[in-house]
Amino acid sequence: MSAPATAAPATSPPPLPAAETVTLKVNGRTVQVPKTMPDWQGKPQPTTMLQAARLGGVEIPHYCYHDKLPVAGNCRMCLVEFGTPALDPATRKPALNADGTPKIARSVLPYEPGTPRGAIACATPISPGMEIYADSPATKQMREAVLESLLINHPLDCPICDQAGECKLQEYSVEHGQSASGFFETKVHKPKAVDLGPRIMLDDERCILCTRCIRFSKDIAGDDALGIVNRGSYNSIAAFPGRQFDNNYSLNTVDLCPVGALTSKDFRFKMRVWFLKETRSLCTSCGTGCNIVIGSREETLYRLEPRENEAVNSSWMCDSGRLNYKWIGRADRLREVRVRGGHSTWSAALPQIQAILAKAPQGSVAILAGARQTTEELYLLKKLADRFGAVTDSVPRTGAADGFLVAADRNCNTQGARLTGIWSGTMGAQIPRIAEGIRAGGVRTLVVFGEDVTRHGIGPELLASLETLVVSDLLPSATTRAAHYLLPGCAAAEKRGTFVNVKGRLQKFLKAVEAPGDARPEMEFLWDLLEGDVARRAPANIEAIFNQMVREVPAFAGLEWARVGDTGVTVPL
Amino acid sequence: MSFTIPKNLEAELDELVTHYPVKRSASLMFLHALQEHFGFISNEAAEWTAGKLGLQPIHIYELVTFYPMFRQKPIGKTQVKVCRTLSCALAGAAEIREHFCRKLGLDSHAHVPQTTPDGRFTVEFVECLAACGSAPVVLVNESLHERVGKGQADEILALGK
Repeated sequence: MSAPATAAPATSPPPLPAAETVTLKVNGRTVQVPKTMPDWQGKPQPTTMLQAARLGGVEIPHYCYHDKLPVAGNCRMCLVEFGTPALDPATRKPALNADGTPKIARSVLPYEPGTPRGAIACATPISPGMEIYADSPATKQMREAVLESLLINHPLDCPICDQAGECKLQEYSVEHGQSASGFFETKVHKPKAVDLGPRIMLDDERCILCTRCIRFSKDIAGDDALGIVNRGSYNSIAAFPGRQFDNNYSLNTVDLCPVGALTSKDFRFKMRVWFLKETRSLCTSCGTGCNIVIGSREETLYRLEPRENEAVNSSWMCDSGRLNYKWIGRADRLREVRVRGGHSTWSAALPQIQAILAKAPQGSVAILAGARQTTEELYLLKKLADRFGAVTDSVPRTGAADGFLVAADRNCNTQGARLTGIWSGTMGAQIPRIAEGIRAGGVRTLVVFGEDVTRHGIGPELLASLETLVVSDLLPSATTRAAHYLLPGCAAAEKRGTFVNVKGRLQKFLKAVEAPGDARPEMEFLWDLLEGDVARRAPANIEAIFNQMVREVPAFAGLEWARVGDTGVTVPL
Repeated sequence: MSFTIPKNLEAELDELVTHYPVKRSASLMFLHALQEHFGFISNEAAEWTAGKLGLQPIHIYELVTFYPMFRQKPIGKTQVKVCRTLSCALAGAAEIREHFCRKLGLDSHAHVPQTTPDGRFTVEFVECLAACGSAPVVLVNESLHERVGKGQADEILALGK
């Protein structure tokens, strides 16, 4: 994950004084690492062998360990052989080799000094002069043994497993395992297709009992619903009989599950993961703007997964946001340009709208721009409004905040709409004025982007009295049905742009799939409308429009499209 | 199924909680007391216990499923526990269990406790009952029977009928 190159997040603490460091060796290379590192809650704790090795460029394989969860140390995959400086028993001083280098005592079993003894790297603190042997023969042997043990009762049903292709059991078996198993007895059978909750299906035979799901539910989601039942080789993850595992963050356990035990009912058996194209995007379901990866194949979305961003959503997203993508592929998506109820084309409709707007007297145009449009679109709409002295506003949309990721603001770009000048003061306060203007006859042209205004105080009878109603939307509504000019737009997954979240994080998203039919990104046709003569204008370009916007919107001063990065930048609200 | 607990038992358990620095520590004592009273630990009893101790029901369910001595379903009035650890195994514990099962019409090949349809007997193997010197031993409810042969087994069955 690359860090944003521009302004650091406003919330980042001031630089700390130079931290104490520890010098040790990882696979023979000397590295200097901080003595303490943040734990899952961000509190400083003694640096572990796993963290030190990672800083030294060596990834130690692990299942149960996760940066964002309390350390459990139960999977044993991160066992490594290590050494510590030996002390001379007589003098209690560091023992030295003949060449003057410190003598290292390798970790061995206390009662069997010839046998190497591993330590779990995830939970063992480092010490000065320590040597970590992450690829020694003893370490490799320990990994092989752990993997063999984990696979003893595993069903090896990779051909039909949803996790295949992104499974840590598969990956570590390739990297660290052995091709043959010494186990020829009968496997233990455990519950399969366990209906854990409305969105989760569990296969207990695939589970390696790492407890990531239990720890996430208890310590992150605050829903202590999962546990391990039965004993020994019958150990299984379960919820209490008759209780549903249904908190609004339950699908994060599917991402956390290193194997194919927890599967999403929505994604299960739908697509092999290796066919999915991954696109960096943003969740549009509320004002938090969780960073996501869209998994799509050809022009179909198959899943959304959270993408790590410490400034916004850590590694998580809510279930309601994650599953809010199906409407994008709805059969009734608006897919053609329509002029006064009949089929039209972009090249026919846009010049007509331009001609109408060009003749519109000052103050006779109003623009309602949904706060779910991209910042660039809102900027262009504001420019359009300024030409005609048009009133502009957005529609507020709120719900209950959950104190974790779901924000009360259910628009994904309320702040973008404010910073670009679409609304100021109280969002939505102009809507009654626009309605009154239509009623009184002063407002003759209404431009609506992404809202059904009939549900927000501008009823069908008012719309019918307009001279011109220009509407851009994605799905049919009473407003789109009343439109004189209907311009089909794009979902966030179908275009590029930026949103500004409730805390002022400006983040960009990229295009995953093509829009249906003739639908075009709103930014493109807004640019066409503004630029006038189609033959002379430069084509719409996200980078050029963004960079033009930052010159005109004070809050964005100094930004550049190329420097926004994958995790965004914080702008002053 | 409605779950009601006698007032005196509840009072006893409430008092028990005060013996521990952490409420959760009383979990096993609760389960023993509930099983003694009801004969088994229903899901309702597990939920009640969790509520009493400020836990989630899954935490109690983990305990109930971990220990074989806790029952999730009603069992026979007479519990026949045949020891199968080394001394008893060598002294013929398998034949004794087989004998009980045959007499009672139970499946001797099953690995889990077997209960007669009339609810009179439950027969199962258990681990060491700490009476290796007088193997094979059988624990019938609370009483220990030593050097059990087929004759003694028949007497045990006669007592339970």
